[in-house]
Amino acid sequence: MILGSIQPAVLIAALMVAATPILLAAIGELVVEKAGVLNLGVEGMMILGAVAGFIVAVQTGNPTLGFIGAAVAGGLLALLFALLTQVLMANQVASGLALTLFGLGLSALLGQAYVGISPPRTPKLDLGPLSDIPFLGRAFFSHDALVYLAIAIVIGVWWFLKYSRAGLILRAVGENHDAAHGLGYHVKRVRALAIVFGGACAGLGGAYLSLIRVPQWTEGMTAGAGWIALALVVFASWRPFRALAGAYLFGGIVVLQLNLQAAGVKIPVEYLSMSPYLITIIVLVFISSGKARGSLNAPGSLNRPFHASG
Amino acid sequence: MIFKSILGAATALGLALAAPAFAQDDKTTVGFIYVGPVGDHGWSYTHDQGRLAVEAEFGDAVETTFVESVAEGPDAERVMTQMALSGADIIFATSFGYGPEMNNVAANFPDIKFEHATGYIQEQPNVSLYNARFYEGRAVIGHIAGKMTETNKVGYIASFPIPEVIMGINSAYLAAKAVNPDVEFSIIWVYSWYDPAQEAAAAEALIEQGADIIMQHTDSTAPLTVAQDAGVMGFGQASDMSSFAPEAHLTGIMDVWAPYYIERVRAVIDGTWEQGNVWHGIADGMVGFAPFSDKIPADVRAEAEGMIAAIADGSFHPFTGPINRQDGTPWLAEGEVADDGTLLGMDFYVEGITSEIPN
Repeated sequence: MILGSIQPAVLIAALMVAATPILLAAIGELVVEKAGVLNLGVEGMMILGAVAGFIVAVQTGNPTLGFIGAAVAGGLLALLFALLTQVLMANQVASGLALTLFGLGLSALLGQAYVGISPPRTPKLDLGPLSDIPFLGRAFFSHDALVYLAIAIVIGVWWFLKYSRAGLILRAVGENHDAAHGLGYHVKRVRALAIVFGGACAGLGGAYLSLIRVPQWTEGMTAGAGWIALALVVFASWRPFRALAGAYLFGGIVVLQLNLQAAGVKIPVEYLSMSPYLITIIVLVFISSGKARGSLNAPGSLNRPFHASG
Repeated sequence: MIFKSILGAATALGLALAAPAFAQDDKTTVGFIYVGPVGDHGWSYTHDQGRLAVEAEFGDAVETTFVESVAEGPDAERVMTQMALSGADIIFATSFGYGPEMNNVAANFPDIKFEHATGYIQEQPNVSLYNARFYEGRAVIGHIAGKMTETNKVGYIASFPIPEVIMGINSAYLAAKAVNPDVEFSIIWVYSWYDPAQEAAAAEALIEQGADIIMQHTDSTAPLTVAQDAGVMGFGQASDMSSFAPEAHLTGIMDVWAPYYIERVRAVIDGTWEQGNVWHGIADGMVGFAPFSDKIPADVRAEAEGMIAAIADGSFHPFTGPINRQDGTPWLAEGEVADDGTLLGMDFYVEGITSEIPN
C-alpha cells in the first residue's frame, strides 16, 4: 500500500486547509471571468491581502478584523484594476500582470516591520458533537471558520450565477457585452463590481496564508498560489463546484507530497509537486483544441474590452 | 521583482553617494550580506546579532552596513561589488551558496578582506572561511529527542541535501539511537532555508505521521508554532525561539557569531588580518544552546549538560565508531573519530536511517 501509515482522515483535513487559499482566490476570479474580464493580478491581490490582514490583525489583536482588512485591501487593489481596464480602457492582460508586480512590491514594503512577529491566533470553529464523529469529525468538522466560509462562498456563487437575476445579468455581460448593453445593462458597472468581489476573495485567500496557514508574514509568501488559482478557473471550466473539486485536488497533491516524504515512501516527489501544473497545461491544451471547444464553456466576451459605441 | 531592482538600484546609488564619506574618515567599514530577512529569528537574525555586537564593541571606530534577503547567485555578486565599491574594509557573506561570487569579487578587490560562512571555496588570498560545528549541538538535541519521544518517531525538516544538513541529521540520529534503539527519523526536504508556509505544512505532515518531536534545519519559527498547536515538542534553530512557542520549545542550537566577528574586525583595524579557515564548536563558544525548557526531565537535562561538557573538553566526539554507513558498510571502526574532511563532504546517511537522500 503506497499510502503506508498516512491516515485518510488526517490527510483530508490537511488538504482542506491547504486548498482554502487557492479556492478563495479561484472562486473570486471565476466570477470576474464570468463577467468577461481576465484579471491576471490574482497573485498581487493575494499577497496584498496577506500583508494587510496580518497588519490589521497584529495592530487590533483581532483576526476577524484582519480578514476584513484583507478583503478590503484586495478589493481596493482590484478597484485600481477596474479603473485601468474599465474606465481607462487599458489592456487587461498587461494591467493584470502589472497588478501582480505592484502587489508583490507594495506588500514587501508594507510588511517590512512585521517580519518575525506572531499574529493573534484564529480559533478553530467549535462544532460541538460534530467534531467527535469518528473519521468525519476529524476530516471535515475540525477546521477554522474560513474553510467553511470558502465552501459557503462557492455555494453562494453557484446559486448566484445559476438562479439569481443579478447572476443572469452578470453572465449576459460576460457572454456578449454588446447584447447586454443593448438590453440596457451597465456593462462596466457590473464588471467593476465583479472585479472588486474577485479582489476581496483573493485578499481573503492571502490572509488565510499569513494568519492561519503559516501563521507569519514573510515577503512573497503566496509563492505562486495566485497563478494556481488562475489555472484552477480554467481547469474548472468556469464551474464553481469543479473549482472546489480542483482546489482540493491541487491542495491534496501538495499535502500528499509532504506526507509521502514523511512516510518514507520512495517515490520522486518532484513529479508529484509539478503535477498540478502539468494537469493544467494538459487541460488547457485539451480545451483549446478544436474538437473539445464545444465543451469549453468559456465566457464569450472574456478578455474583450467593452466600449459603448453608436 | 521590478520593485526589488528599483530598491536595489536606490540602495546602490545611496551607497555610491556615501562612498566618499567613508573614504574621508578612518572608520573601518564592515559589510554583511544575509540570505534571509534579519527578522527571520533564525540564521540571518543571529548573524545580525553578531553585527550589532561588532558595533557595540568598537563604537565609532567602525561603521557597519548590511543587505538582507540576498539571493545566492548573481545578485550576491552585485551586492558584494557594491559594498566593495562603497568602501567596505571587510565583508562577511553569511550563506553557503555565496562562495563562487565571493571569490569572484575578492579577485577584483585584493585589498578588501572577505569572510565566508559555511563555505569551502578559497581561491583568493583575501578570502577566509569560518563555520560552526553545528553537528555537536545536533547530537545534544538528538539525545534529548531520543529520551523524550514517546512515539519513538522524530520528525526532521531538512532544507537542502548538502553535507552540512546531512551531517546534522546523522549526528542527531546517532545520539538519539544511542539512548533509544527504537527511535525512527522521518525526514522531509522542503528545498528552502526559509519558507514558513512550506515548513509549517511539513511539520503538520510529520506530526500526522506520528512524530512527537520536531527538529528543523530551516530558519523560520513556523514549525514550532505548528508543534505547539498540535501539542508536541520541538527544537528551535539558530536563535532562542522560545517566545514563539513557549509550550513546545525544548531548547535550540544557538549560533554565536559575535566573538568571531569582533576578533576578525579587530584584526582588520590592527592590520593583522590573515587568511583563515576555522571550524569552531561548543568549546570555542560558537555553538550555544537556548535555555532548557522545564519540560525536559531533570535527569535528561543533566545528561545533556554532561554531553555538552564532554564535547567541549574534547572527551566525546558525536561521530565516534563503530558507525556503519546506511548500506551497512563500515565507516568508522570501534573508537575511531570522524575526520573533518569526511564530515564536510558527507553525502551518506548512517546505518538505521530508513529514507534516502534525494539527488
